[in-house]
Amino acid sequence: MSRTWVTPGGVHPPENKHQSVTQPIGQLPIPEKLIIPLSQHIGAPATPCVEIGQQVLKGQVIAEATGMVSIPMHAPSSGTISAIEHRPIAHASGMLAPCIEITTDGADTWIEHQGISDYEHISPRKLIEMVGNAGISGMGGAGFPSAVKLNPGRQRPIDTLIVNATECEPYITADDSAIRERAGEIVEGIKILSAILDHPHHIMIGIEDNKPEAIEALAPHVEGTGISVVVFPTKYPSGGEKQLIYILTGKELPAGKLPADEGMVCINIGTTYAIKRAIIDGEPLISRVTTVTGDAVGIQRNYDTLIGTPVSHLLSHNQFDEQAGGRVVMGGPMMGFTLPSADVPIVKTTNCILAPSYSEIPDDEPAQPCIRCGMCAEACPVSLLPQQLFWYAQAQEHDRLEAHNLFDCIECGACSYVCPSNIPLVQYYRAAKGEIRQAREEKVKSDHARERFEFHKERIEQAEREKEAKRVARREATQQAKADHLAATANGATNAPATAAPSGAVPSSSAADIIAAAQARAAAKQASPEDQRAKLERTIASAEQRLKMAEEKLAEAINSDTGKQDKLSAVVENTRQKLEQSKFKLAELTE
Amino acid sequence: MAFKQVSSPHAHAAQNTSNVMKLVLLATIPGLAALTWQFGWGSFINVVLASATAVVCEAAIVRMRGRSISFYLGDYSAVVTAVLLGLALPPLAPWWIVVVGTVFSIVVAKQLYGGLGYNPFNPAMVGYVVLLISFPIQMTTWVAPLALLPAGTAHPGLIESLQIVFAGYSPADGVTGATPLDVFKHSSGLLVDQVYDREPLFNQAMFAGAGWEWVNLGFLLGGMVLLTQRIFTWHGPVGMLGALALMSIIFWDSGSSSSPGSPLMHLFSGASMMGAFFILTDPVSSAVSNRGRLIFGALIGVLVYVIRAWGNYPDAVAFAVLLANFAAPFIDNYTLPRTYGHTDRRRATEKEED
Repeated sequence: MSRTWVTPGGVHPPENKHQSVTQPIGQLPIPEKLIIPLSQHIGAPATPCVEIGQQVLKGQVIAEATGMVSIPMHAPSSGTISAIEHRPIAHASGMLAPCIEITTDGADTWIEHQGISDYEHISPRKLIEMVGNAGISGMGGAGFPSAVKLNPGRQRPIDTLIVNATECEPYITADDSAIRERAGEIVEGIKILSAILDHPHHIMIGIEDNKPEAIEALAPHVEGTGISVVVFPTKYPSGGEKQLIYILTGKELPAGKLPADEGMVCINIGTTYAIKRAIIDGEPLISRVTTVTGDAVGIQRNYDTLIGTPVSHLLSHNQFDEQAGGRVVMGGPMMGFTLPSADVPIVKTTNCILAPSYSEIPDDEPAQPCIRCGMCAEACPVSLLPQQLFWYAQAQEHDRLEAHNLFDCIECGACSYVCPSNIPLVQYYRAAKGEIRQAREEKVKSDHARERFEFHKERIEQAEREKEAKRVARREATQQAKADHLAATANGATNAPATAAPSGAVPSSSAADIIAAAQARAAAKQASPEDQRAKLERTIASAEQRLKMAEEKLAEAINSDTGKQDKLSAVVENTRQKLEQSKFKLAELTE
Repeated sequence: MAFKQVSSPHAHAAQNTSNVMKLVLLATIPGLAALTWQFGWGSFINVVLASATAVVCEAAIVRMRGRSISFYLGDYSAVVTAVLLGLALPPLAPWWIVVVGTVFSIVVAKQLYGGLGYNPFNPAMVGYVVLLISFPIQMTTWVAPLALLPAGTAHPGLIESLQIVFAGYSPADGVTGATPLDVFKHSSGLLVDQVYDREPLFNQAMFAGAGWEWVNLGFLLGGMVLLTQRIFTWHGPVGMLGALALMSIIFWDSGSSSSPGSPLMHLFSGASMMGAFFILTDPVSSAVSNRGRLIFGALIGVLVYVIRAWGNYPDAVAFAVLLANFAAPFIDNYTLPRTYGHTDRRRATEKEED
């Protein structure tokens, strides 16, 4: 028996799991319509690759993965594509999202598919590709594409594979019943994962002690495989990824890190089953075990449910009494969200449809004032101070919220569960997180705008400065030329007659004289070497000055990181080149 | 089919604030019983009178604020404040003492700050201190414990007590007397052993002062019930009692004439146990984290001892609690718990992590 660690906080809500495991996993008739949302996972939504009216077979790809972090969608049963449009989906906001609707033909005809049994001889890369092509995303909660999670683009090798069979939420028994009935296939899936991850040292199945039948079912299959089944006391929320990692390894996942950064992969046990089906049987993820429970349904049990099955189909086949309860929850009573209507479909992450009666989950009492009793802090599994977070969330003090580590809140609901004043704490935290994210985005936007403006201003000023410099240079040059001319004429007065006289006296000695005159003019115009040197020295001095200024500005820009470094360093380089040229000319002149 | 939209979690524990308050009220029964047994009907009358006043005040203010009276009275917080104040006041104090204290507690210290959950100071202790400063004579006249009553006399009965409280009748001779903390305050020049020998308050007692030890045991019992019911954590009470014990051991001075008294006497005299389990555990005005509450409690323990030993007042729980209430936000700033995945504790004002 492996050692386990105890997380702080946690609560023990009534488990209510026995109701739904009295019967084995059932099978419902194929619904007339299946609605497949294109986004059932974290990442880019899939792109439809079928047309309305097209016949599809069971398992056929109907939408392709869009980019790296995405998964394809498959037809859960054979039939005709009858719509590609926005439909209500299972989302806390009750929003509409693009879906593909299949009108089933009832034949449930499979597309040709084939698995491989000797996965040990297949490269991990190929296996990962197969997992990705099977449309597998995490089936425990967030729905992260499994192929991305398993991809070896990581800095350190994986030495720990954690299979999450905790299922700590009350009511839900999807994983429990799947393990009871499919332990062999699940362990096969874990072995495939082990092969993909180059055989990690530790492979642990973490499971709470309230599932003795499942633990017993796993025992014969893991014997001699190096996979250990780690049993720990039931407490909510032990199944959170961070919590489970601590319970099994005694290590905390540092804030902002992924398990892979610490050499771990954490995967839901339902996902391992899907991986087995994908590799060995060649079947994509088109169904999952979903618990239908709560006193408002007459039959409480688990079903192997096709993805896309409308919730209404599940409810009506289980004697749902609409009058008995006010809400229908997708997920469990702690973290699940209420459905806007029964038209929404089951997706790859739907582990439970909970239809509680009023006596099970009554309507919320009005909230009383927070008396900071601290019961929430005692219940918090990540050692936050929920009462303070609530206080600051109400006051919208974002800095304080961040100092109190609001973003480490996993929204497990333990604080709200114990709150004697019935305050919907989690709702406040979600809202506050949203506000802070929005404020951050706005800040980034306004910073951009300010930078753009400042750069624009700087550019105009720079152009102005350059023009001014040119004007000054031209004026100086003109004055210099005038001075030189005056000096030249003064000099010329003494020795000019030789040239001046013939030009006046012998106008016909044209060509030679004209050339001579031009040369004289040129000589007069061309300053003496002294003058040239003086001019060059001035140029050098001013260039040096400019270079110094430009370098200062560049240093300043680098310090304050305004993003203008490139531009300014170009200016510096330019000035330096000009200076170099002038120095070179001066050197030539001196020789 | 359209369903109700509610945010998670959907399940709730059965506990609610009214139940918490009711449990606190029930837990005061052993203390009140001990007070009534040892000091007569006075405390009982105080508690009833204060509760009635508190309910009227709370209802009036809630109405003025345009809120639902039944909803806010239903949380029982006003009654808790009143009961605690009534228990702290001297038995057989004139009725107006009780009424003035309660009005101040509820109206000024609680409602003017925004009502339940918003008061920075413990309302009962604010009321107590206002009375102590304004009416020192009435507030320091204590009834003598049962064991010290002159032979053949008893505490006044309920009717007689009511007459004393409401009609200003004087209690019979010998019914009032000093408290153990008073005795030590005024016993300079005597060794502790001599005080224990001479003073009937001590030579009639088991270990800490006649009558008072029973009262403190009663509050200790009630406090233990609340602790096991997880109404509060051990941090505040242990912090206070630990600090008080430590201080009285350090300054015990081997029982010399300048000793402020034995640790047992300090722990089981005056309002020590009531303060530790019923006053400083008021979550609204205390520090929030467990570590913070430990420090908050310890601060109160130290202050109680300092004021008792070297201050002008024989007992000091009320002052100590109010001073610690001032310090609570400061303590909170430095006592955030370490969050999962973080290497260090943060400060409440620190946005960037080191």
